[in-house]
Amino acid sequence: MTISSLTQLNALTGGLFLLSTFGIIAMRQVLGCLKMFILQSVFLAISALLLGYLHLSIHLFAVAAITLMVKPVLIPYLLRQTVGSEVTARREISQLINIPTSLLIAVGLTILSYFVAKPLLSVSGAAGTVTDVNLPIGIACLLLGAYTVTVRREAMPQIIGILTMENGAFFAGISIAPDLPLIAELSAAFDVLVIALVMGILTRKIHERIGSTTVSDLKTLKEV
Amino acid sequence: MISKIFFNLLQVIVVMAFSPLVKGILSRLEAMVQSKRGPGILQPYRDIWKLLHKEEVVSEQTSWIFRFTPYVVFVTPIFVTLLIPVLTNYPLFFAFMGDMLGGGFILALGGFFATIAAIDTGNPYGPMGASRTRMVGFLAEPVFMIVFFTVSFVAGSTIPYIVQEAWVTPLSNFFEPSHVLVMLAFFMLIIAEAGRLPVDNPSGHFELAMIDESKTLEYSGRGAALMKWGSAMKFFVLLCIFLNVLVSPWGLARGEGLLEVFIAVPLVLIKIFVFILFLVIIESSIAKLRLFRIPEFLGAAFITSIAAMIMYFF
Repeated sequence: MTISSLTQLNALTGGLFLLSTFGIIAMRQVLGCLKMFILQSVFLAISALLLGYLHLSIHLFAVAAITLMVKPVLIPYLLRQTVGSEVTARREISQLINIPTSLLIAVGLTILSYFVAKPLLSVSGAAGTVTDVNLPIGIACLLLGAYTVTVRREAMPQIIGILTMENGAFFAGISIAPDLPLIAELSAAFDVLVIALVMGILTRKIHERIGSTTVSDLKTLKEV
Repeated sequence: MISKIFFNLLQVIVVMAFSPLVKGILSRLEAMVQSKRGPGILQPYRDIWKLLHKEEVVSEQTSWIFRFTPYVVFVTPIFVTLLIPVLTNYPLFFAFMGDMLGGGFILALGGFFATIAAIDTGNPYGPMGASRTRMVGFLAEPVFMIVFFTVSFVAGSTIPYIVQEAWVTPLSNFFEPSHVLVMLAFFMLIIAEAGRLPVDNPSGHFELAMIDESKTLEYSGRGAALMKWGSAMKFFVLLCIFLNVLVSPWGLARGEGLLEVFIAVPLVLIKIFVFILFLVIIESSIAKLRLFRIPEFLGAAFITSIAAMIMYFF
């Protein structure tokens, strides 16, 4: 395959990655959010694979393999096991801003991230390469993840939001630093795994104590 | 020149002749998926034939709009047919009379008349369906615009004949991210505009849940036949725009020979058949959305089209 077709495939993957991020915001069901997150992680792995082929970098292949193993498979499995079906099977996530408005704000954030990324690209001299696609989409995904954490009121979508932020950072990172040491990738991957596990157990405990994981119910601290 | 006028008229005849067949195949396939036998694929033709020979009953309370509307609904898709590539790859006689936005406006004119005719009768279900259609319509409008603008910017023109080549001139352009996203957005738009399943249930007979169908409840005889045929043609035209302009501009006649144009007819029908198979799979696996979830569906389409535009510009 030529470089241009690889770049194009990577751009397509980036577009679908962005779309699945929008999907996380648009979904009402917890399981729908989780499925979108799985899709997003798969696209991240595909992009890492393509960039690895482009840069001839073994590290990115390792990143792709770790991502494919941890994010679409292990994390959803662990979350569903630890949090329990009562939280994950919820169909109507309560949220502060309704979904059409959320989507419009998401578009605004995406455009903002493109504007932010443009001077960065021209300064770093990376314009015209795959970073053109990966950096703005990564920043957008980071912002959209933060937005999800802000707007959604329940624990499980907030966890997914945090994981989305992590995915966004990775998506930008694999194009900026293709030769990241493997130890960093490994630690990042397992970090995420442990974070997801801890948050899952915490959510389960909160749900057991209070009966819901809605943030607005958790206003006061008190000993039970 | 003469041949171009002839081919243009041939396009109209093809759309008129085969649009009920598309509806028939679609409903037959859907029945088969639900493990029913379903009506034969020629059933829409029989319906239209039967209705054309029945007496028409018009309420005394209605105005000229009610009587005039079936003709508008029937004629507007024909006008759009003159503007879009149905069979040929090169511009025909009327191709430069209007661009894609013009086609959209003409289709909207038919929708407008259907809406006020539904209000005209005073039937309680008519205005309800009409206002719902307007809701779907105005939510679909921005998506329409942005899809067309993106496509026009890529091709440097808004004439559908010129646009169709732009996405596939090197074949790898097909996988351009903005192209894939535009296709997705337009697909969602077709579902909303044609009243297919996640938005509206075309086979439902419960008046309170209807969106598109309730506008034609009051019509009988020839009026009902024209409305039915008109909506079938509108669906066919939308599919032609989607398949021949946006997705797969292959299989169209390139030369000016009569034979080539005739060969294009089955090829286009095969494309539509493949698309319908795809549509049936989607429709059979999704439940209908609640009315107030439709803004979310079309919001998602809007986001997709905007993402396509952003990815093209930056």
